[in-house]
Amino acid sequence: MDTVRKYAPGEHPDLKPPIGQTGWLLWLRKNFFSSTFNVVLTFATLYFLYLIIPPMVNWLFIDSVFVADSRVHCRELGSGACWGFIDKRLGQFTYGFYPVEERWRVNLTFLLFVLATLPVLWDKMPKRRSWLWLSLAFPFLAAWLLLGGFGLKEVSTDQFGGFMLTMVIGVTGIVFSLPLGILLALGRQSNLHFIRWLCTGFIEFFRGVPLITLLFVASTMLNYFLPPGTTFDLLLRVLLMVSLFSAAYLAEVVRGGLQAIPKGQHEAADAMGLKYWASMRLVVLPQALKISIPGIVNTFIGLFKDSTLVIIIGLLDPLGIGRASLSDAKWQGLSTEVYVFIALFFFVCCFSMSRYSIYLENKLHTGHRN
Amino acid sequence: MATTLDHSGPPKSSFSLGKLWTDKKSRGVIVQIVAMAIFCAILFYLASNVVENFQKLGKPFGFDFLQQESNYDINQTLIDYNSQSSHGRAAVVGVLNTLLVAFCGIILATILGFILGVLRLSPNWLVNKISYCYIEFIRNVPVLVHILLVHGVLVHSLPHPKQAINVADSFYLSNRGFYMPQPLFQPLFWLVVAAFVFGLIYAFWYKRRARIKQAATGEQSPVFWVMLASIIGLPILAYIVTGFPIEWQAPEQGKFNLKGGMAIKPEFMALWLALSLYTAAFIAEIVRAGIVAVNKGQSEAALALGLPRKRTMNLVVIPQALRVIIPPLTSQYLNITKNSSLAIAIGYMDIVATIGGISLNQTGREMECMIIVLSLYLFFSLTISMIMNWYNKRIALVER
Repeated sequence: MDTVRKYAPGEHPDLKPPIGQTGWLLWLRKNFFSSTFNVVLTFATLYFLYLIIPPMVNWLFIDSVFVADSRVHCRELGSGACWGFIDKRLGQFTYGFYPVEERWRVNLTFLLFVLATLPVLWDKMPKRRSWLWLSLAFPFLAAWLLLGGFGLKEVSTDQFGGFMLTMVIGVTGIVFSLPLGILLALGRQSNLHFIRWLCTGFIEFFRGVPLITLLFVASTMLNYFLPPGTTFDLLLRVLLMVSLFSAAYLAEVVRGGLQAIPKGQHEAADAMGLKYWASMRLVVLPQALKISIPGIVNTFIGLFKDSTLVIIIGLLDPLGIGRASLSDAKWQGLSTEVYVFIALFFFVCCFSMSRYSIYLENKLHTGHRN
Repeated sequence: MATTLDHSGPPKSSFSLGKLWTDKKSRGVIVQIVAMAIFCAILFYLASNVVENFQKLGKPFGFDFLQQESNYDINQTLIDYNSQSSHGRAAVVGVLNTLLVAFCGIILATILGFILGVLRLSPNWLVNKISYCYIEFIRNVPVLVHILLVHGVLVHSLPHPKQAINVADSFYLSNRGFYMPQPLFQPLFWLVVAAFVFGLIYAFWYKRRARIKQAATGEQSPVFWVMLASIIGLPILAYIVTGFPIEWQAPEQGKFNLKGGMAIKPEFMALWLALSLYTAAFIAEIVRAGIVAVNKGQSEAALALGLPRKRTMNLVVIPQALRVIIPPLTSQYLNITKNSSLAIAIGYMDIVATIGGISLNQTGREMECMIIVLSLYLFFSLTISMIMNWYNKRIALVER
């Protein structure tokens, strides 16, 4: 037996922590095996994953067929998902029935869209100021490129479709509904009774009915409200309804932000001699909008998702293209593949939007929140 | 407003048109009058267009078409209906179907949402991350895609009625729907119902009395067990004593389809499941936020006072979490009701599909049909939000 060494006070070398108190072992123990119940839960979950994950991976990737001519052909090649269908129709899923030789215009518009949103989203972009001019001009450029005229071949809106249509509805809805929503929110907070009453009625009506009924109104009834003989493009009617609908939701989100601004801010702005619009623009709205960013982005995500409803009045967004092409005798019975594909597209778009909102929220969090 | 000091006496009040605009009060009045005039002009313009359009097309306006024969069938109805019934009755069937799916969806979504929300807060890393993935995936995909996906899976992957999945010869699951035995009520059944109602009343009376007694003397009564016995035990007892007054008519496998019994159609199942799964993901986030919002000090203080864990949860944490949870939960319930209108995509006959769909196309009365549909939805929305506001007020803690 070794002799016990003696140390002067403070001279004892540091001991290593006991095994299982640091590093990944501690993490494992804390997260998976901290109590009997937790151990049971861990194993039950692992078993559940074992039941779910392998068949799903098999169906999606391993047994699936990526290139095929028909469903029968797919079945011969593998027992999993038949992605050959998507592969064959990718052009339609992206551009709808936009003329093939004019598709470069859609691509160019998308490129411009990316360039125009970058300076809006990324505030440290080099030369941001000059790029913002592009953002301002983008809506007009996009309308010209997509619709044609002035030297380009005209394309009617019933040829719009696929993911392109989703983007058109989503972006237009966002661009128009935000200013309208802010105005409605201000109107609902106004001291003027009639204005407040008008805005409240508008907001409650649009929030109280489902979007699908509004789209029905747009497609069947709107013509009655216009002078006889006027025809009015269906896509335009849809865009109008979608914008009004999400403006009503945005108004409520912004109102939440406005209500959170202390009264002192309004009073201080009044004391500085600012008029109503100036005090709103310079003092109240910057603070209110900052608080309501998560809600605003959530509304945008909702709008983007709701753009799928247009299939019910006959516009062909990806879901509509998918449903229409499912009736093709060669590819019948592939609904799951089509819907999973579309679900993935929406997931990627909406998830990145929500991540961006979280990033923005953290960036703008200047420590004044409780 | 005077900005410089004026020593020559009180300012002279002289009337001028310019002052009307500089004065805050009169400017408000002017703005409102102008807004009202514009609003009325727009209303008048739209109304005159409508009248002109109706005259031009030679169309009458009125709701008399609701009495006409509808000439179409509805595959799932809660009340008697056939193709000779009127359009009005079809609308009622649609309303009931909407309410049915909304009600069932709200219940399932709430249960799933609370479970998911609690799992999301689990200290177990695996459980936590799985529920996170589920919530994020479901939330970021449109509800219409969910509905179509679930419907497609149900219709394409379940067996034909001939090879229906059969449980105990009374439950059948096939791509034509889920069939189960139908209860046929015998005359004496009303006694069971009476027993249930009586049990319910007694249970709440007992609970009230127990609370008063505890407040006065500190004595506790076995509230839970008495309530259980009177709400569930009493009807069962009545059921046995009256000699089992329910007969079950099991479905049978026919040549092409299942016959008899009660059937839940795949359209209803798809809509119900998809709506519940979708909304549950939102409710889960709401529940999580609500529980996180309760300060940790609250439960620590309760434990320090010697309350056991369960009562800490029931008396301290949950009431405070509910206060945060209820308002957004209300809007989710409203969303389920409104999203149920997507039923039309898979052929479930709700209001939009009956009166706003087939009736509209058959009679060509767009204006009247859409007015009915819109006002019904407005009525549902306002009713739900009124009930929830009332409940919200009741449970709100009084703040100092």
